[in-house]
Amino acid sequence: MEEVKIGVYVCHCGLNIAGTVDVEEVAKYAATLPSVVVSRDYRYMCSDPGQDLIKNDIKEYVLNRVVVASCSPRMHEPTFRNACQEGGLNPYLYEHANIREHCSWVHDDKKINTEKTKDLVRAAVKRVYHHEPLEVKEAPVNPNVLVVGGGIAGIQAALDIANGEKRVYLVEREPSIGGHMIQLDRTFPTLDCSECILTPKMADVGHHPFIELLAYSEVEEVSGSIGQFKVKVRKKARHIDESKCVGCGICEEKCPWKVPSAFEMGLAMRKAIYIPFAQAIPNLVTVDPDLCVYIQSNGKKCGACIKFCEAKAITPETLLNQTDQIIELEVGSIIVATGYDQFDPSVIPQYGYGKYDNVLTGLQFERMTCAAGPTGGKVLLKDGREPESVAIIHCVGSRDQNYHEYCSRVCCMYGLKYAHLIKEFTKADVYEFYIDMRCFGEGYEEFYKRLSEEGANFIRGKVAKVTDQAVTEEEKGKLIVVAEDTLLGRLIRVPADMVILCAALEARADADKVASLFTLNRRADGFFLERHVKLDPVATPTDGVFIAGCCEGPRDIPDTVAQASAAAAKALSLISKGKITLESAIASVDETRCIGCGRCEEICTFHAPKVISKNGVMVSEVNETLCKGCGACAVVCSTGAMLIRHYKPEQILSQVAALTEVL
Amino acid sequence: MAEFEPQIIAFTCNWCTYAAADLAGTSRIHYPANVRIVRVMCSGMVNPMYVFKAFESGADGVIVAGCNYTDCHYIDGPVKCDAMFARLKKMVHVLGLEEERLRREMISTSEGVIFARVVEEMVEQLKKLGPSPFKIKMETLA
Repeated sequence: MEEVKIGVYVCHCGLNIAGTVDVEEVAKYAATLPSVVVSRDYRYMCSDPGQDLIKNDIKEYVLNRVVVASCSPRMHEPTFRNACQEGGLNPYLYEHANIREHCSWVHDDKKINTEKTKDLVRAAVKRVYHHEPLEVKEAPVNPNVLVVGGGIAGIQAALDIANGEKRVYLVEREPSIGGHMIQLDRTFPTLDCSECILTPKMADVGHHPFIELLAYSEVEEVSGSIGQFKVKVRKKARHIDESKCVGCGICEEKCPWKVPSAFEMGLAMRKAIYIPFAQAIPNLVTVDPDLCVYIQSNGKKCGACIKFCEAKAITPETLLNQTDQIIELEVGSIIVATGYDQFDPSVIPQYGYGKYDNVLTGLQFERMTCAAGPTGGKVLLKDGREPESVAIIHCVGSRDQNYHEYCSRVCCMYGLKYAHLIKEFTKADVYEFYIDMRCFGEGYEEFYKRLSEEGANFIRGKVAKVTDQAVTEEEKGKLIVVAEDTLLGRLIRVPADMVILCAALEARADADKVASLFTLNRRADGFFLERHVKLDPVATPTDGVFIAGCCEGPRDIPDTVAQASAAAAKALSLISKGKITLESAIASVDETRCIGCGRCEEICTFHAPKVISKNGVMVSEVNETLCKGCGACAVVCSTGAMLIRHYKPEQILSQVAALTEVL
Repeated sequence: MAEFEPQIIAFTCNWCTYAAADLAGTSRIHYPANVRIVRVMCSGMVNPMYVFKAFESGADGVIVAGCNYTDCHYIDGPVKCDAMFARLKKMVHVLGLEEERLRREMISTSEGVIFARVVEEMVEQLKKLGPSPFKIKMETLA
């Protein structure tokens, strides 16, 4: 083996490291370690001159190993591996010591920090001594993209990719795409109708030659990795012949069985066979098998839909025998845009949701003002009267340590929109109960000003309770909103006929399952975690899986659309490059040691190792395209034949030993 | 005599706990400097041999930490780590070590605060236990 010559570079990172670590002393110390031929400290190693130091030293000192001690390798390991490569060194002959995130930023005693940094640098030097050059292999990228979720985020991402003439599979679990946006009446602050701006995009999705829409479907299984995912999608049975249904809706009209409509937020009923709303895409009816009496009675009762369907799309066969289909897809990247759930305000009993008829959630009020909604666009109380006063309560479940600490970002603005609509449709007084008004977007502050001028009453204070216990004549028959007006510094009681709760946006109830399906991480608040909160907001720790929209946290429509386009651009750039670099740090077998026991084969989740007969001897062989480099096989290998490249025992053991070395 | 400062080696998976320690850093959450982190790709990659090496080299305690069961980049690494850890716990007695010197944690990417707390707790625990008897034995032999 050629003589090992190591270069060590200790970064100041301005004062981020140098402020609490004596970097010069560390560099001097590193120079005394075996095989280290050059050791330097420098203000910013990641800068071009910093990287040039490495490249020049590789030539001048004929370095064959490099160690940089700086920030987290999750940040700059690729940068320095690249610098090594440009200097003519295999990128795997590099080791990174994390002395910023794991030392200078988290401990404050400079002397102790300097000693810890020496330990970390020494361990990196000892480890890199055992590094080996690894071959960097590439694989092609499948140009198809899977988009999960058919709300505005998924629709936008799908259209952007399909308009680039790349195939998109758009999976939506509800019978129609549209998501929450199609439930909204108007959008703040422009007040343009939500349906009017969304339905053209929905129709585009329905007709697009490059989009295959899989509505009423759910992703069941994902395997493979970036560039070559394999996905199983369950296309749920609608119990109709989709090729024949024309969406005329006669079956729905004739069907006698009803339940509260989820789309109408329980304010109207839907039938057992239904189209969720008029502009549904695809325009097909769906049978709710739990409600359909024909299905429940095994064909003995009802059957009205069969009788009235002129297109012969509904038959005893489709109702009784149609089953879910499993569709297998192959895609190169995935965009997860699964949206949010509205916080259930009934868990805050003092607000009376579910107890008083005229306490509504935001989404219920959206349906009420919608012309196609349950009241035909009229703002009405349960008894059919028009309200004389309406209270709008902000931050219900948001900015509240008992529920969600975060701000849901859209509530202030939709609260203002409601005030405007109430003023437009009724003569009612409007009271906005807010903690702070957060009107940050384009035209938002102006909208707030407009509403102040339109005569909405703003009361700064968190509402304590909503009650029907009147104490004055004026309060009789009304709901009374009790709050502290923090600007006046006194308790107030405001009688109102209707109370609208601006309920928080929260992570989907099944976000854990979706996270596990696509190997996503979740933040403490339950939303999906981006790779970097500022600089990589649509990527995730899993290569090739991107996120967009409210599944990553509450956001408004403009931000959602921008993020969806960003995710689409990421997917398109992957397709445009056409190839990915495969993981090099994967398992390999030392055949001289392998006894073919098969324990590696047994433990591997990815079916990478397989015991085969080679010249009559049973040995394990690793399928390199399947191996992810998790290292489980090496742990169970009893002979030490199974090795993970770049994580070989001598590499880790030398690092561990060096960390606790008593000097 | 200066107070005993235990040495801790933490094997952390690249995707979750290593990132949690990074987050503790970016959020400037301070914790004792007694811990040294070894990055592995998966908690299921930690070989008992690595843990023994840490004790042999003078560590007073070892943390093995990675993703939660639902967050694993490799689907079921934590389950494999659990199995290894159960075996490990039985084996440390052979070295004359207390089980409390070993700690198995699942700390997700967003839990920088929890990482810092685990290190604090471990330092406290080890201060109570005192230096590793194995280390003392090695020193007498030398």
